[in-house]
Amino acid sequence: MNNIIIISTIALGALGLISAVILYFVANKFKVYEDPKIDEVEEALPSANCGGCGFPGCRAFAEATAKKAKEEHNLEGLFCPVGGNEVMQKVGNILGLEIEAKDPMIAVVRCNGSHANSPQKVKYEGATSCAFAHALYSGEGGCMYGCLGLGDCVDACEFDAIHMNPETGLPVVDDNCTACGACVEACPRDIIELRKRGPKERRIFVSCVNKEKGAPAKKNCAVACIGCGKCEKVCKFDAITITSFLAYIDFEKCTLCRKCVEVCPTTAIWEVNFKPRKPKPAAEQTKKVVSTETKPVELKVNTGTTKENKV
Amino acid sequence: MLTVSGSPHIHGDNSTKKIMYGVVYALIPAMLVTVYFFGFNAIRVLTLSVVFSLLFEWIIQKYLIKGDITITDGSALVTGILLAFNVPSNLPAWIIIIGALVAIGVGKMSFGGLGKNIFNPALVARVFLLISFPVEMTSWPKPAPIINGLTDVITGPTPLGIVKEGLDAGKTMSDLMPQLPDYVQSLLGQMGGSMGEVSAIALILGGIFMLWKKIISWEIPVSVLLTVFVFSGILWLIDPQHYADPLFHLLTGGLMLGAIFMATDMVTSPMTKGGQLIFGFGIGLLTILIRIWGAYPEGVSFAILLMNSAVPLINRGFKPKRFGAKANVQNR
Amino acid sequence: MGILKTFALGGVHPAEQKLSANIPIEELPVPKQVTVPFGQNLGAPSKPLVKRGDTVKTGQLIGEASSFISANVHSPVSGTVLKIDNVVDSSGFRRPAAIINVEGDEWMEEIDRSEELITGFDLTAQEIIDKVKKAGIVGMGGATFPTHVKLMVPPGKKAEYLLINGVECEPYLTSDHRLMLEKGDEILVGTKILMKALGVSKAIIGIENNKPDAINHLTELSKKHDGISVQPLKVKYPQGGEKQLIKAVTGREVPSGKLPIEVGCVVQNVGTVFAVYEAVLKNKPLIERIVTVTGKAVKKPSNFKVRVGTPVKELIDAAEGLPENTGKIISGGPMMGKALLNTDIPVVKGSSGILLMKKEESSRKPESPCIRCSKCTYVCPMGLEPYLLSRYARTKRFEEAEKEKIMDCIECGSCQYTCPANIPLLDYLRLGKAKVGALIRARNAK
Repeated sequence: MNNIIIISTIALGALGLISAVILYFVANKFKVYEDPKIDEVEEALPSANCGGCGFPGCRAFAEATAKKAKEEHNLEGLFCPVGGNEVMQKVGNILGLEIEAKDPMIAVVRCNGSHANSPQKVKYEGATSCAFAHALYSGEGGCMYGCLGLGDCVDACEFDAIHMNPETGLPVVDDNCTACGACVEACPRDIIELRKRGPKERRIFVSCVNKEKGAPAKKNCAVACIGCGKCEKVCKFDAITITSFLAYIDFEKCTLCRKCVEVCPTTAIWEVNFKPRKPKPAAEQTKKVVSTETKPVELKVNTGTTKENKV
Repeated sequence: MLTVSGSPHIHGDNSTKKIMYGVVYALIPAMLVTVYFFGFNAIRVLTLSVVFSLLFEWIIQKYLIKGDITITDGSALVTGILLAFNVPSNLPAWIIIIGALVAIGVGKMSFGGLGKNIFNPALVARVFLLISFPVEMTSWPKPAPIINGLTDVITGPTPLGIVKEGLDAGKTMSDLMPQLPDYVQSLLGQMGGSMGEVSAIALILGGIFMLWKKIISWEIPVSVLLTVFVFSGILWLIDPQHYADPLFHLLTGGLMLGAIFMATDMVTSPMTKGGQLIFGFGIGLLTILIRIWGAYPEGVSFAILLMNSAVPLINRGFKPKRFGAKANVQNR
Repeated sequence: MGILKTFALGGVHPAEQKLSANIPIEELPVPKQVTVPFGQNLGAPSKPLVKRGDTVKTGQLIGEASSFISANVHSPVSGTVLKIDNVVDSSGFRRPAAIINVEGDEWMEEIDRSEELITGFDLTAQEIIDKVKKAGIVGMGGATFPTHVKLMVPPGKKAEYLLINGVECEPYLTSDHRLMLEKGDEILVGTKILMKALGVSKAIIGIENNKPDAINHLTELSKKHDGISVQPLKVKYPQGGEKQLIKAVTGREVPSGKLPIEVGCVVQNVGTVFAVYEAVLKNKPLIERIVTVTGKAVKKPSNFKVRVGTPVKELIDAAEGLPENTGKIISGGPMMGKALLNTDIPVVKGSSGILLMKKEESSRKPESPCIRCSKCTYVCPMGLEPYLLSRYARTKRFEEAEKEKIMDCIECGSCQYTCPANIPLLDYLRLGKAKVGALIRARNAK
């Protein structure tokens, strides 16, 4: 009996030892050299593997940064939107480079065609896919540029940062948005755009992407941009351009002075996270209702339009 | 308000419910036979199995998944009946309940619910019970028509069991013949076995009903039965004393039930006719291998489960004939 | 009658519902205002040639073909152009159109308006094709492919058969049926014209067996012409699909990704053939067509001859009004037609019918999980696997969908019609096709 135990122990022990030695030599012989910095950089990254940097996964981004740092001594064009400036600083430190801080961005939904503003004219039945509905017809409210509300953007988001508001039928972007760009890609109508977050999260943008003339645009949606040009005229900083009956505010030039918001006749331009204005003197013709975070809304438009969209 | 949707704007008569309940109707002849032969016990087992299958599905859908409750679509009902058909009629209640839990919880829900399971849920439960409770699962009551009165249940081995033990002990087929049921008895169901497998006629009737209603197609049952027939026939022709004849193999054990109701389960069988023929062939072959050379007297359950695992591969290899693909030689 | 032929692979049999099969064609009066979209064909829309305030005559060219695959558009009425504007058309989107206020009905001088049958003609193939192109004729079965392009056989290929599609496999639609019964002679002359244009000596008219009167009528008439025969076909959807028609009538299969000319066949709808007759022998451009108005709740199912551009509302009124509980208005048949957003949408060259569905019939049943019954695979006439392709489209696996031949899908809808779980298979297939098409274009552009 004892013999068997001793022999088994020795035999298995010897096998194990031989295997270990073989493995050691093989591992060394076939080792692939990798810049150790890649591992360090990868450690510093958020490991979300979201692709927001444009690379397939955090490891690929780490490899790209290490390569670029070695060959070109800068990290131009490489930015991790999820980690933001903090992480890029760490990466810069690891690679021994100075990194310029970038303005943080956020996804902005540029459509306010809620059920109240753009009343439902037909009922849609079919696949729950914005891409499909976009190819099928214009939309339940009639505007062929407006949000379809079927949630391709919500499905695309890997950070749980965008949700559909069932009351309005529009998506709402939360503060934890990392500006990775997945929802921008997913939207078949290019309604979502990555814009600067702005100081104190204050932003101004045109919440409409309708390129039709004013009359048909307004027929389908009460708060459409009709391309009247008032905002362009009033902007002192040349931040607003009108193309195809649609105004666009360049966020690099915009100083958040809010003059355009005041003059827009359809309330298509939004100001977000500003303090409420002081009420105007009695000379004003139309009554205005001041809401806590956004522009005053004319009472006669309809009551449902206090802009719940917090972004 | 008008509705806008993509075409087509009309729909045929098919529905999942119709298919599932069609299977239930096809099982009615077998249910009647089993009640006739196994009496009150049969009703007990059927009721427990069905009720608990539905109950477990409801509990899992309501409290674990927190999604839609779909117990009325008929699929849990079918699983419950088929599970009952796979066990002996004297099985204790608590074992049946465990079986229902395994069938629905492990065999169906853990894969994602209806349509997502790889293995036939009733068979998963049967094999689980067989391995966990080998004694209870292999004491087969002899069929005693209820018209003879509710006597105590007498148990004994199934015909396949008799053959396996007998041949292993060195006896020949002629020695064993007196103990085995004749063909008429096998067809009608007067033999030992699990509740659903005894009566070939009742099962065949159900199969014809399902073929008529286009719930199943002929490829799987025919290829399973034909393969078993051919292989067992070859062996029997070589040595009739040590191999049972092909008709015996067809009519005994769970082969009829397996070929007509278990292997044809849509979720776990291949999608194309070519794939289904290979699937049936594989089941038949494995059944014979297990019956003749394996440790168990009956191999259909294992054969079906093994072939279930091969179905994704079969689907990849067997594609439908494409229109306009004459230039392509392969199936892919 | 010859033996019934059919295509082997797949197909379904929805209830035929030919409610208006025995209703003769009724010509509707010219409406007060028409909306003529500039894009009524597959391919590029036409370039507008008129502007606000211009006066036009019936049959006058108002839109010019803007590229190789494009077609001319003519004014269906005489009057003044009110404006050129973007209007919602049957595609569901706003597209440029000419809105014309009607004044009288003055036709262009060269158009022969008589009903007299002309049987003889002396034109070369190229002259015929030019006349077809000038008349703006497109495929009137619904695909609206510019006919003159189809008639121009690419170098290296040869046409052997001309197949005339009188199948009308969609339930409810009867406009082709009535046209075959009432204009049979003209259709046969049109067939001869097309045979000359293509240089073929054999033409076969395929008609489904649920139209025995049309089969008999055209068989009789075809005896007067050499080389034209009638082939009755088993009633199965989608027999009218051109690939299925070619397979059934000639036994040849169009290879995947290629056009019918690969197997020497050219397919034309009977309505197109009639329009060719009128264009070539009467100088009449394509400005009117037969449209069926039908539906279970419609008080007077009818076949109307209407001018292109007539709002759908007028046709519904002529069929004794929109039924109370209408849930869906479909342009075309129930299997492949498009749901309309409202009744102001105009009739265009490809509108074969207006189907009004009751509210009870208009809603889809809720979707449930796929039970892998493979019925969709069995009914697909192209031998595809819709359950797999729609899953690939939903999970964005577009390259794999391309390998599984998603681009072969003819969008007939048989799969979704059959699916017991009510899965919107065709919706996802269409989505997949659009994305794969974009992938292919991007790849070819490199």
